[in-house]
Amino acid sequence: MSDISYWDIVRNLFDGLLWTLGLSLTAFVLGGCAGLLVLFARIAKHPLPRRLALGYIEVFQGTPLLMQLFIIFFGSSLLGLEVSPWLAAALGLTLFTSAYLGEIWRGCVESVPKGQWEASASLALTHFEQMRHVILPQALRIAIAPSVGFSVQVVKGTAVTSIIGFVELTKTGSMLANATYQPFMVFGLVALGYFALCYPLSAYSRYLERNIHGSRAH
Amino acid sequence: MAYAFDFSSVLEYREALLAGTVKTLGLTAVGAVCGLAIGIFGAVSRAWRLAPFDRIFTVYVELIRNTPFLVQLFFIFFGLPSLGVQINEWQAAILAMVVNLGAYSTEIIRAGIEATPRGQIEAAQSLAMSRAQLFRHVVLPPALLKVWPSLCSQVVIVMLGSSVCSQIAAEELTFAANFIQSRNFRAFETYFIVTGIYFLLAIAVRQAMIQAGQRLIARRAR
Repeated sequence: MSDISYWDIVRNLFDGLLWTLGLSLTAFVLGGCAGLLVLFARIAKHPLPRRLALGYIEVFQGTPLLMQLFIIFFGSSLLGLEVSPWLAAALGLTLFTSAYLGEIWRGCVESVPKGQWEASASLALTHFEQMRHVILPQALRIAIAPSVGFSVQVVKGTAVTSIIGFVELTKTGSMLANATYQPFMVFGLVALGYFALCYPLSAYSRYLERNIHGSRAH
Repeated sequence: MAYAFDFSSVLEYREALLAGTVKTLGLTAVGAVCGLAIGIFGAVSRAWRLAPFDRIFTVYVELIRNTPFLVQLFFIFFGLPSLGVQINEWQAAILAMVVNLGAYSTEIIRAGIEATPRGQIEAAQSLAMSRAQLFRHVVLPPALLKVWPSLCSQVVIVMLGSSVCSQIAAEELTFAANFIQSRNFRAFETYFIVTGIYFLLAIAVRQAMIQAGQRLIARRAR
């Protein structure tokens, strides 16, 4: 095992990075779709879906992601389903993402002036049509910056899935650190990999934030 | 394949659960106090451009906020010993919590400091206050009060994140859960109950932070 070259380490870590990227994209896209459902439930006229959505959001924001993954991983085997670490990780992160995005987007929808709701209601649009044609297009502009900002949390959240055995960047790093006895270098490279994914997203989110505030001023 | 749930087999281990809860709370308390202290220093360095600390804190904040907590923890626990720094699992866990929260609170508190009205500072200067007095009595209390809700949320997030400290064998609440389910083979019930404990802890910590904010800061900010 001693002949693991520097090049082997970097190549294996890069494979891990691709899995991290794939899981992040899956969770963000599916979580975004589910988050839209959470959003609609959260701002529904009827109190029942509103309360259910609120409970859903509070449970996912008030418990550790690691526990959510454990419950999905062990709970699904109780139902007689064979769930692979990849599926459990993707499902867990999707639910986690949907709760956060649903709540972020609710804030954006609520920041659209009330007059827009009233004006579109006076045109006899249904609730869904109001959302589709009037409210969401305006909320979307406000929502982009915080959503990109949250994507950083999703990428970082994928590291926790290494604990249920999904082999992504952190898990690859752990295995390489054990095999090479060079934890400082390996975990340094792992951190660098995450930084390379997250920093552009953080910087882009900040840029968007500044720009939206700028264009609103006039 | 009807599965009979058995939650009582988890409650037999209530002592392990209690010990884990206390450790998780202790970790959070130390992390919060030291992290906020770093945050205040970092925030004023960045907001008032105190060289060379402003540069150092900019790099520190970006590095920590763009890497996962788990990787920071592994880097500290496995990486530092190879540089000759001996560190046990609790020291590593506390260090990682403090370093992580320090970075986030630097950014949060900085926003509060930068929102100080110009007139407040000018008024304090006209009273011949020193820069330290100005910061201590005029800038800091209202700044903390303004961003306190964000700080409360961040402390709760860090507490929930501390569950990964079980991975370096720090015996906190998640470690207790792993231990219990390895004994009673009731993984689902164990994690379900422990998740419930975390949920209650999150509510309790938030309430305690809100209370502390009102007692310690709100009076001084007015």
